[in-house]
Amino acid sequence: MTDWPVLSAVTFMPLVGVLLLLLTREDSAYGRRNILNVSLLTTLFTFAVSVYIWYQFDSSNPGFQMTEKHGWLGTGISYHLGVDGISVLFVVLSAFLMPFCVLASWFSVEKRLKEYMIAFLILETFMIGVFVSLDIVLFYVFFEAGLIPMFIIIGVWGGKDRVYASYKFFLYTLLGSVLMLLAIMAMYWQAGTTDITELLAYNFPREMQTWLWLAFFASFAVKMPMWPVHTWLPDAHVQAPTAGSVILAGILLKLGGYGFLRFSLPMFPLASDYFAPFVFTLSVIAIVYTSLVALMQTDIKKLIAYSSVAHMGYVTMGIFAANTQGVQGAIFQMLSHGIVSGALFLCVGVVYDRLHTREISAYGGLVNNMPKYAVAFMVFTMANVGLPGTSGFVGEVLTLVGAFRANTWVAFFATSGVILSAAYALWLYRRVVFGALEKESLKALLDLSGREKAILYPLVILTIFFGVYPAPVFDATAASVDLLVNNYTAALQAAQNVALSVQ
Amino acid sequence: MDTIIKAIVFLPLIGFLIAGLFGNSIGAKASEFVTSGLMIITAALSWFVFFDVALGEQELIKVSVLRWIQSGSFDVDWAFRVDTLTSVMFVVVNTVSTLVHVYSIGYMHHDPHRPRFFAYLSLFTFAMLMLITSDNLVQMFFGWEGVGLASYLLIGFWYKKPSANAAAMKAFIVNRVGDFGFALGIFLVFVLFGSVSFETIFAAAQTYLPAEGAAAGEAVITLFGMHLDKADAITAACLLLFMGAMGKSAQFLLHTWLPDAMEGPTPVSALIHAATMVTAGVFLVARMSPLFELSPDALTVVTLIGAITAFFAATVGLVQNDIKRVIAYSTCSQLGYMFVALGVGAYGAAIFHLFTHAFFKALLFLGAGSVIHAVDGEQDMRYMGGLRKHIPVTYWMMFIGTIALTGVGIPGTVIGTAGFFSKDAIIESAFAAHSAVSGFAFAMLVIAALFTSFYSWRLTFMTFHGKPRASSDVMHHVHESPQVMLVPLYILAIGALVAGFLFHDYFFGHHYAEFWQGALFTSAENEILEEYHHVPTWVKWSPFCAMALGLLTAWYMYIRRPDVPKYLAEQHRGLYQFLLNKWYFDELYDFLFVRSAKRLGVFLWKEGDGRVIDGLGPNGIAARVLDVTDRVVRLQTGYLYHYAFAMLIGIAALVTWMMLGSSF
Repeated sequence: MTDWPVLSAVTFMPLVGVLLLLLTREDSAYGRRNILNVSLLTTLFTFAVSVYIWYQFDSSNPGFQMTEKHGWLGTGISYHLGVDGISVLFVVLSAFLMPFCVLASWFSVEKRLKEYMIAFLILETFMIGVFVSLDIVLFYVFFEAGLIPMFIIIGVWGGKDRVYASYKFFLYTLLGSVLMLLAIMAMYWQAGTTDITELLAYNFPREMQTWLWLAFFASFAVKMPMWPVHTWLPDAHVQAPTAGSVILAGILLKLGGYGFLRFSLPMFPLASDYFAPFVFTLSVIAIVYTSLVALMQTDIKKLIAYSSVAHMGYVTMGIFAANTQGVQGAIFQMLSHGIVSGALFLCVGVVYDRLHTREISAYGGLVNNMPKYAVAFMVFTMANVGLPGTSGFVGEVLTLVGAFRANTWVAFFATSGVILSAAYALWLYRRVVFGALEKESLKALLDLSGREKAILYPLVILTIFFGVYPAPVFDATAASVDLLVNNYTAALQAAQNVALSVQ
Repeated sequence: MDTIIKAIVFLPLIGFLIAGLFGNSIGAKASEFVTSGLMIITAALSWFVFFDVALGEQELIKVSVLRWIQSGSFDVDWAFRVDTLTSVMFVVVNTVSTLVHVYSIGYMHHDPHRPRFFAYLSLFTFAMLMLITSDNLVQMFFGWEGVGLASYLLIGFWYKKPSANAAAMKAFIVNRVGDFGFALGIFLVFVLFGSVSFETIFAAAQTYLPAEGAAAGEAVITLFGMHLDKADAITAACLLLFMGAMGKSAQFLLHTWLPDAMEGPTPVSALIHAATMVTAGVFLVARMSPLFELSPDALTVVTLIGAITAFFAATVGLVQNDIKRVIAYSTCSQLGYMFVALGVGAYGAAIFHLFTHAFFKALLFLGAGSVIHAVDGEQDMRYMGGLRKHIPVTYWMMFIGTIALTGVGIPGTVIGTAGFFSKDAIIESAFAAHSAVSGFAFAMLVIAALFTSFYSWRLTFMTFHGKPRASSDVMHHVHESPQVMLVPLYILAIGALVAGFLFHDYFFGHHYAEFWQGALFTSAENEILEEYHHVPTWVKWSPFCAMALGLLTAWYMYIRRPDVPKYLAEQHRGLYQFLLNKWYFDELYDFLFVRSAKRLGVFLWKEGDGRVIDGLGPNGIAARVLDVTDRVVRLQTGYLYHYAFAMLIGIAALVTWMMLGSSF
């Protein structure tokens, strides 16, 4: 094992990049180049460290690994980091997507590039911090602080309605945050610790679980986002710059799912079981409702944003099915969605950079002069549809199996999502890519540049690789998921036994 | 042997990758030769495996390739399972695919996108091979959706045509409706048997049901609110799986995509929409015969749907004018025959018909392609006629296809075309079966046989006989196809003539047991193989009479008195329009599903998201907040500042409280 604080390294390495960026100046082409190079190298190094973590990760150990712990001011709060099978791959995903964000912003960000990159690097630190925190206060700080750079990114570098979008984003998240903070206080008051490993072992009383569960749910449901608190997402996506959308869809949406897996399910099993039908209902509504809404969108980004909500519906459904297939499927679905939806937003970015419009009706027939783009977009569309052989299928089928075991009606309605997803995704593809090239504005468009190939091709390869051979992911997650599911079932069983003995 | 199986499955994939990734650099000619060359090797190996496994002593072959999805007890590998059923499909798929590859070299000669076309053809073949070699339901689903993808890409191959794009989408989405059932069926099988692997399922299925006379047993699962005991659970699983089969095989209610799929290039129609992909549903039911045999109710539904499809599609085929659509409806109808055979437990007859149908239907489609090629892309038979003298080879090939499809042969003897053996076996089995709907199925199939004969000869007469109705310009250029297109026709014609005679004893006759070696499961009570031999003589003659009657009517209406069809159409205008418009299914579905889904989508978006959620939520609050702050604070910086401030205050409060708390 390692003897250096590798998790701190991966978390704070982007801040080193920030320091370097502060020394640069953005007044010439040379300076601009410098900023981009520093950012790219920082994110690549961070990614390399995250891969090293994955490599070092002992997948047979279900507990937390590579832990670091330092007390803080004698408060009981500690700087405690560690990863287990549930979190390790999210660290890798976060670090993986960042270089693509830098590349995607290469030309498209014209003003205040330095500040833009600084915001992204700080965001990276916060996001990775969320996944490695083993202290609930530390988690809360990272979890909430991560939103600030995102506000700034949307609010400063966004489209023309950026103020409305960031405001909406703010309003939704504020309520959840306050409730979660209260819940954290209550937990500390009850259990006398803020350490996640100790909280995981603590049995909260049934009444309290209900309230704590609801408070956490308010925060995570907004982040997912679940129906009906999803309406901030389409606006945020539409207004965000391409790289912002990639991070939003790729990682920020996963914070909610991760929160459910880290807190709601293991710490409040009785409440989770009690509320599972409620979550199933919301998930199924999300899948069917947002798929139908996605069908009728006229803005490409909005369509993909709505489809994200539908895909996150599979995640919540899988998590609260609370069996091995459901939870593993949910984790896989989040990772896969991170790659696929990120890639779809990058695809939109490619044509947006050329034409500066996201209206579907402005496009048509791109396959004629952009065949390479058409192929990449097709692969991601099919992954979005959940075609077997792409990573989208594996997560979808496992969450559905999990849901089927829990409740067949849920699986029934959720499975109908496969029809609707095919409808909206293929219709979008047909309107944008197929057809004759008739619009004058499109005739001069060039196919993918070298930079764009470097962005999209690796994602194509990963999408297919994880569809055909997802075993590395399951190997890493299996032990921790088994532990989670077993503890959950044991807790329910114990509660049932108590109830029986009381009677 | 393992290597041979892997080679058969992966050579087309290699062909796809070469033509798909490097097609533009190596050129169209090289792409054609590479993909076709690899397919020829694949086909040769397939026949070798067929002789070894089906006709030889070789037992079931299992090849494992790679891990796929492991999650708890849900454990799926990439693996191949080759038994007689698979080896029969090997021969069908790879032979037809190879011939279509070769034929396409000629047919697609002028197309600028040939590398892409050949890449798609090879991709399709690979996916189809994954489907038929699968050793579990999930890998089968991979192949199942994979062929759907290839079909989607090939139907929409000419992406500049809006109609082709629409047809491609329709095919994919309608198939997804079937896959919805298929997926739920897989989940149910997994919950019931704890596995999706065929070996485990089949082994468990043998003893799954409680013995005869025992109590029905307790409910094993609650499915969609119904408490099902073991027998009902099996029925439910079979019906869900069958829903997938209905989509892929274009059965009644989920058939609407198949005629539209004719927008694709004709070789595609021959390969995918006649010989191979659409028979995947038949293959699925045959593969799952150990489950279907346990559920008489599910089999009844299969019979019923098959019989209705056979009849329905044949009626529509009577009046279509597009040469490819006639053959498409004919395919739909013939698939109905296969499902009737499956439904009455005559699995061997179903696969036999699948086998012979592949030859003569591919022959008819490729022949039709040759006709279309000759008349410069025209597909409407009203603008053909009199082509017999101009393209005699194509004519004779189509003629052979027609006599094979209509089942020309002499009952009671072994003289006959391929369709004669397989189709008559199905009709006789339907009569001999004991199912509640077998009488209905028998009647439907005989009527469908009459219609089949009529529309097939109508097609022949309208296209090749009579006076030319094409413009003199077109007639001037009519030319016979090149050898590269004709040789595949010769090979298929041989198959269409002799496949029935050569193989009927194996598929559904005296050598049944040695041939199938248990690949098709039949329960102890299923004696259809014996009984269909002993049907009354009039039953044996009925398909022959139907065929002869259809031929005579077609001859009378299109050769002797060509004015009769028009007169009839005017006399029975309503009926004619009803048939011509395919029983108005497209209009009905458009109204029921497409437009209502769109309307619902707009409603949920504008009213649900816009008015209710945003109206009551953020926008409502915004209005209040704006009143309060009186627009003093600039929104952007203001809220961000508020937010950061609130968070800081919160943390500060928390920390202070904890420090104080811990000091107590």
